[in-house]
Amino acid sequence: MRSADFVEARRRLEAKPQSTGDKLTTLTEAVRKVRDGDHIAIGGCLFSRSPLAALMEVLRQGRRGLTLSRNLMCYEGELFMASKAVDGLMTSWFDIALPWGLSLKLREEVEGGRIRFEEWSHLGLGLRYRAGAMGVPFLPTLTMLGSDLMGVTDTKTMQCPFTGETLCLVPALFPEVALLHVHRADRFGNCQIDGYPHMDTDIAKAAATVIVTAEEIVDEEEIRRQPDRTVIPGLVVDAVVEMPYGSFPHECYGLYEADFAHFEAYTDAVKARGTGAVNDYLERYVHGVSGHEQYLALFGEEALARQRRCAEELLGPR
Amino acid sequence: MSYSDTELLAVVAARQLAGVTSVFAGVGVPLVAAVLAQKTRAPQLVIVVEGGSMGPRMVPGRLPYSTNEMRTAPRAQMLPGITDTFLFAQRGFLDVGFVGGAQIDPYGNLNSSVIGGYERPKVRLPGSGGANDIISLCRRVMVVTMHERRRFVPKVDFVTSPGFLSGGDSRRDAGLVFGTVSRIVTHLGTLAFDPESRRLQLESLHPGVTVQQVRDNTGFELPAPEHVPVTEPPSAEELETLRSIDPERNFLG
Repeated sequence: MRSADFVEARRRLEAKPQSTGDKLTTLTEAVRKVRDGDHIAIGGCLFSRSPLAALMEVLRQGRRGLTLSRNLMCYEGELFMASKAVDGLMTSWFDIALPWGLSLKLREEVEGGRIRFEEWSHLGLGLRYRAGAMGVPFLPTLTMLGSDLMGVTDTKTMQCPFTGETLCLVPALFPEVALLHVHRADRFGNCQIDGYPHMDTDIAKAAATVIVTAEEIVDEEEIRRQPDRTVIPGLVVDAVVEMPYGSFPHECYGLYEADFAHFEAYTDAVKARGTGAVNDYLERYVHGVSGHEQYLALFGEEALARQRRCAEELLGPR
Repeated sequence: MSYSDTELLAVVAARQLAGVTSVFAGVGVPLVAAVLAQKTRAPQLVIVVEGGSMGPRMVPGRLPYSTNEMRTAPRAQMLPGITDTFLFAQRGFLDVGFVGGAQIDPYGNLNSSVIGGYERPKVRLPGSGGANDIISLCRRVMVVTMHERRRFVPKVDFVTSPGFLSGGDSRRDAGLVFGTVSRIVTHLGTLAFDPESRRLQLESLHPGVTVQQVRDNTGFELPAPEHVPVTEPPSAEELETLRSIDPERNFLG
């Protein structure tokens, strides 16, 4: 869909059957809602609360021609490029983090002209999701002005009709699919997140289809006891799946810390053997397993327990 | 006490935060410097990190690798969403921004996007992240960086984060009403901008560094005053505190 087309986005939403019923399903079924060519907005941020289990299932189901957007994109982007599943990436930053060096896979693809890479400022992309969440065509902002990012993105400037000042306008983003991982949800899709909200609520409201994995599915009474903690109402959610460790080896706030040793091993392999190591990783962690349980078994109980202890050391028991 | 280049950079950057109420800091040396300031000259300093953390007291030895992970959260006063974190800066609440960049030019423009052209670049770098927003929206911004000739270039390949653009009033004319790049803090000295032309000039030197040494590491002409003030060397207390923050030297090298 054309960016900023709030009329079409609203029509698309109204045309969709809306349900207040049970949305609890399996990962396989939930991810079947993703179609070739979709724009998938990914929740969390970098290696925090990433919906990794769902993303890996998208790869397992062999989708093609996707566009991925994310505030900061981690190595999941590399896996999609190596799978030839994406035509375009939209983000403000792409890497694991400074200690692990530049992404060699990103370099290969962008420098070789093999992928559309659209760079926004972090806030610029955040406001695109927010405009989508608000159902308006654009938002004015004071960021990005004067920079070369203006020339490589679909931004416009305008003179403020009230003050005459120059404003940057960012167009609303209406992704086909939002993939989110949250701490707890009920079977109706009411979601609660602990710690950083990141951009998840805006992404959920902006997208046409919202697929949620949750560390834990709780009874609806538990949600109703603390409705102030609910950040995404079931009304905007299309499918919800119980997926403990659904972000692993990325972190889930307060529950398990990111497994930095795993990042190290992965990037060491890419540095040593080249980007073919990304394909090896895909073979082992995505296609070599039937689903999330087998995937977690590759890390082992001990690693999961260790990362839980790290989280507890930092933020106390949950 | 002897010290490394990175340690010197962190110490002099931390000193810039004396009397500052809030700092919007990127990970790496800027964040280490902010934590050092909080433990020395600026105990009430509110550190703001773009992943969505305001006022944390980060745990020594467990500094974050990224802005959005739980290492950035301990004892925070608030964990806002990312967009809302930046909107505190857009509204004007955030005092100092601390950023870095792969390339910097004489007007303080930063490039962290590409070496070469944007399409099919020679090197694709990670990108802006929040750097563009921090430099556009904080009240004043300091660039914290190692001083190397390959970084200090006559013209950046891509303006990811705008300094004074082409100098003079061009930043204001582009619509950037607020904020300013006030200073570049490096491991050799500090650089500031001529108030009219908005071009960089040498402001101070770190102990034992000569003007020539700075010029040798700068890829453009760098005016210097006749008498250049010299920075106080890092004290034993500053260095000990700094080393206790990053005992495994993940960021101090």
